[in-house]
Amino acid sequence: MTITGTVARISGAVVSARGLAGARMYDVVRVGNDRLVGEIVVLDRDVATIQVYEDTEGIAPGEPVTTTGMPLSVELGPGLLGTIYDGIQRPLEIIRDETGDFIVRGVHAPGLRRDRGWDFTPIVRRGDRVGPGDRLGTVVETEVHEHRVMVPPGVQGRIEEIASVGRYSVEEVVATVRDDTRLHRVRMLQYWPVRQPRPVRMRLEPIDPLISGQRVIDTFFPLMKGGTAALPGPFGAGKTVVQHQLAKYVNADIIVYVGCGERGNEMADVLRQFPALVDPTTGKSLMDRTVLIGNTSNMPVAAREASVYTGITIAEYYRDMGYDVALMADSTSRWAEAMREISGRLEEMPGEQGYPAYLASRLADFYERAGRMTVLGSTDRTGSVTVIGSVSPPGGDFSEPVTQNTLRVVKVLWALDADLAHERHFPAINWLTSYSAYAGRVQGWWAERAAPMWEEYRAEMMGVLQAESELLETVQLVGEDVLPEEDRLVLVQARLIRDGFLIQSAFHPVDTYCTAEKQYLMLELLVRFYRQAREAVDAGVSAAAVGGLAVKSRLERMPFVPNEAFPDEYARVEREIAEAFAGLTAGRSAYGVTTRG
Amino acid sequence: MDETPSDRKQQGKGREYLSVTRVTGPLIVVSGVEGAAYGEVVEVTVPSGERRTGRVLESREDTAIVQVFGGTEAVDTVSTSVRFTGETMKIGVTEDLLGRILDGTGEPIDGGPLLIPDAMRDISGDPINPSARDFPRDSIETGISAIDGMNTLVRGQKLPIFSGSGLPHARLAAQIARQARVRGEAESFSVVFAAMGITYEEADFFIRNFRETGALEQAVVFVNRADDPVIERLITPQVALTVAEYLAFDLGYHVLVILTDMTNYCEALREVAAAREEVPGRRGYPGYMYTDLAGIYERAGRIKGREGSITQIPILTIPNDDITHPVPDLTGYITEGQIVFSRDLHRKGIYPPIDLLPSLSRLMQGGIGEGRTREDHAAVKDQLYAAYARGRRLRNLVAVVGEESLGEIDRLYLAFADRFEREFLRQPENERRSFEETLDAAWRLLSMLPESELVRIEPSLIERYYPRRTEG
Ligand SMILES: Nc1ncnc2c1ncn2[C@@H]1O[C@H](COP(=O)(O)OP(=O)(O)OP(=O)(O)O)[C@@H](O)[C@H]1O
Ligand SMILES: [Mg+2]
Repeated sequence: MTITGTVARISGAVVSARGLAGARMYDVVRVGNDRLVGEIVVLDRDVATIQVYEDTEGIAPGEPVTTTGMPLSVELGPGLLGTIYDGIQRPLEIIRDETGDFIVRGVHAPGLRRDRGWDFTPIVRRGDRVGPGDRLGTVVETEVHEHRVMVPPGVQGRIEEIASVGRYSVEEVVATVRDDTRLHRVRMLQYWPVRQPRPVRMRLEPIDPLISGQRVIDTFFPLMKGGTAALPGPFGAGKTVVQHQLAKYVNADIIVYVGCGERGNEMADVLRQFPALVDPTTGKSLMDRTVLIGNTSNMPVAAREASVYTGITIAEYYRDMGYDVALMADSTSRWAEAMREISGRLEEMPGEQGYPAYLASRLADFYERAGRMTVLGSTDRTGSVTVIGSVSPPGGDFSEPVTQNTLRVVKVLWALDADLAHERHFPAINWLTSYSAYAGRVQGWWAERAAPMWEEYRAEMMGVLQAESELLETVQLVGEDVLPEEDRLVLVQARLIRDGFLIQSAFHPVDTYCTAEKQYLMLELLVRFYRQAREAVDAGVSAAAVGGLAVKSRLERMPFVPNEAFPDEYARVEREIAEAFAGLTAGRSAYGVTTRG
Repeated sequence: MDETPSDRKQQGKGREYLSVTRVTGPLIVVSGVEGAAYGEVVEVTVPSGERRTGRVLESREDTAIVQVFGGTEAVDTVSTSVRFTGETMKIGVTEDLLGRILDGTGEPIDGGPLLIPDAMRDISGDPINPSARDFPRDSIETGISAIDGMNTLVRGQKLPIFSGSGLPHARLAAQIARQARVRGEAESFSVVFAAMGITYEEADFFIRNFRETGALEQAVVFVNRADDPVIERLITPQVALTVAEYLAFDLGYHVLVILTDMTNYCEALREVAAAREEVPGRRGYPGYMYTDLAGIYERAGRIKGREGSITQIPILTIPNDDITHPVPDLTGYITEGQIVFSRDLHRKGIYPPIDLLPSLSRLMQGGIGEGRTREDHAAVKDQLYAAYARGRRLRNLVAVVGEESLGEIDRLYLAFADRFEREFLRQPENERRSFEETLDAAWRLLSMLPESELVRIEPSLIERYYPRRTEG
């Protein structure tokens, strides 16, 4: 049943239409002669206020508005992986084939291709009882991923028919399920309204770390599968690079990358690199595990608002198959600003800094959709959605509403810092202000992987970094030469940790990914060096002499040693450290405490 | 607000009304209008007979809010007439625009021959489909070490200059326009120059400069000067970029777009927002300024399978040298890096006065290295940054505690920072250094430091390039 009204007012992305009595809140409507896609966001008797997902230029009062009777939904099924969509799941590559290099409005293409067949293998039989989340069959979606065709939420009963092995399009019925009252036809193609979380059986605590190959993250501020992290920072601090690194290297099964109101070239960069890059876990093309949502800053602002929901719904869908999914949203601030822009056009009462009063609850609801879950279905299966959101605070000032409201809900903060970025210390994650509520929980995982001293080492090195920051305040006032030797050693060691461990170049072919094993060995060498240095200083050697050791340069270059070669390097450096300090203490007995300043 | 028949007369295909009911700042409200399209172009005729162009900012069933580009001076609510054209805003594009000087709306002001458009293009443009973008990787040799060595510009990039009043951003932009080349290609860039609210003197500087170097023949110049209507400058960048897109993606030119001064553009935006009584965002700028600016800056780039490119160098003077001000802040969040000017360096007499620490080129990575510039480029850049940052930090420290308290190595870094500014950063305005010259100069400076300090550079590269080795 569709209702048709007429456009009464147009102001940017917001259009009001009258004559829509009976239309429902959040229903999708088609606006104007070009049938642009919009969504009802306010209803007032027969007047509906609509946010329009396409450019409204040229629309005039009097043009028709028709309801579709459906809330904004995504199409779910095989064919999502490897695709790039806009914020309302229009496949950008297909749109390009149809209308050229520029996105003209009024073009529509379904999220999943109808003309493609998928090889379906059933796993249930006629007469089986099935409920929501149960698997009906599988499809090989990409080389590595088995797509599990599930009974949709709300459907329960006995299998009356199930498709045999064969090739089907997403629209063909692959199973029929009979309950007491009716017959449900199940297709591979299913719909889900984006603003509504997909149901699960139970929430669980995260248990495994999400390993990213980024040292400062994995070692100092770890994230877990099913966890949440915020990545705030001023422009140019490295949010996008971190998000790309995570998308490339985290040990999740599926990646959903949402480029929300950011640069077109960044999406082009992903599209250029990912197909050629290899998933470190499976060895297959990265694009095979990735769904991209790209609603760049110059694309319509309402579709930007929708893009994070489109992304998280797709993430939940793969979670329901039992996969570990990681979603990167770059940047959630642009999403919040889209909310603000639309709210302003709706003439809603503004809250802090013009953001709508519901900003905090929208952010919380979004991050709540992350988690490790027991998914629907009669067998106990778990899946997870991890969410990492960039935040772009105006002027780099974290006291603003989006950052603050995000920090209230996430468990990990990777705080990017302009000063570090300016010095080209990347990733510019400030180790003093960042935190991870998961640090205590991932210890066991490391212990099982031949990293028994992980917790102790990281605490010791973090202690050095914290001590350094206090000492630097003193140095700023009175200079370094008033410090006792052991404090000066702290400064030497802290520099070494920065240069030899924290700094990690995303663009260096080796350094871009550091295995957990290498991270631990590097950490161990740093600790070993420090402990020996402390002994030497206690024995009267100067911190400057320690700082001048040749083996220190070797430690600083550890990042460039390939992961596979590192165990050998470890053995060599370990030996060199021992020799160097033996030499130092011997030298000291020969020359006394000479080296200084 | 009821429509009376006398308010309305049909004329041609447009609809004409005499029903201006309200004038506020640059906006007029026209009532009794039927079906004005959002974004529709209107022609406003004030009592004196002068005509101005406007655009519908909001349309309701019986009223339209119109922004008047020529300003609302002399508009009245009795005899001013408003004609709705039924069109959205377009500009005629043709290759013949090269060599021409136009006003901020695209009208020729150079007395040249009549322009016959090849096509009419909507000035707001459509977004480039992200999947159609070709990732920019051809590095541009500007001949300026601070840019080429440290923040390489790439064809298809948008890289603004963050300047301040009285700093030589115009000279630098003109130098880039004059010198920029892609390696191995003889052809230079065509320039689309859009001035918004700049002084006569500055506009003249560019035009003279283009003329003297012969660049004007390959340039399209749009000038909205400080004394031109403020609201007009809201369309200047859109008009200029529409022409640039035509030159680049239809005709295959490599176009360098210089937009100056984006701060004036943003102020015009603020003025309209205030007149509409919108909820103001930071410092009174509208909340949608990010989206608005993105609509300009994202019109840079390359497209797969097409010859040309658009490289943008927007210039903005930062009010009060405060980089957290919304104009530079939002710009930095959209562009692919920034070149930041420093008043300190300028005072020290260093040209170009580029503050390298906050400067950044995000597309540098893909444009440098073996086969593009030189294999050591990335590592040398990282090392220079690390060393210069350390020297700068020590400089602050020394100001407090004196140089005596520094160790030997620290003193080297201090000296390094000074020489780096004098010999690498500073360069005559007419000097054009090749990538090799820039990198060689970098190695000469790096050789002030012992090899053991060069931890950002792999030993094999040190072996090959470190001067003490290669000479000795
Ligand atoms: N890990 C890294 N290794 C090397 N370079 C890096 C790293 N992280 C960031 N950079 C450098 O910093 C630049 C800016 O990073 P990025 O684009 O991620 O910033 P951002 O925080 O996303 O900024 P914006 O908010 O404007 O999008 C990159 O182009 C790159 O040159
Ligand atoms: Mg970014």
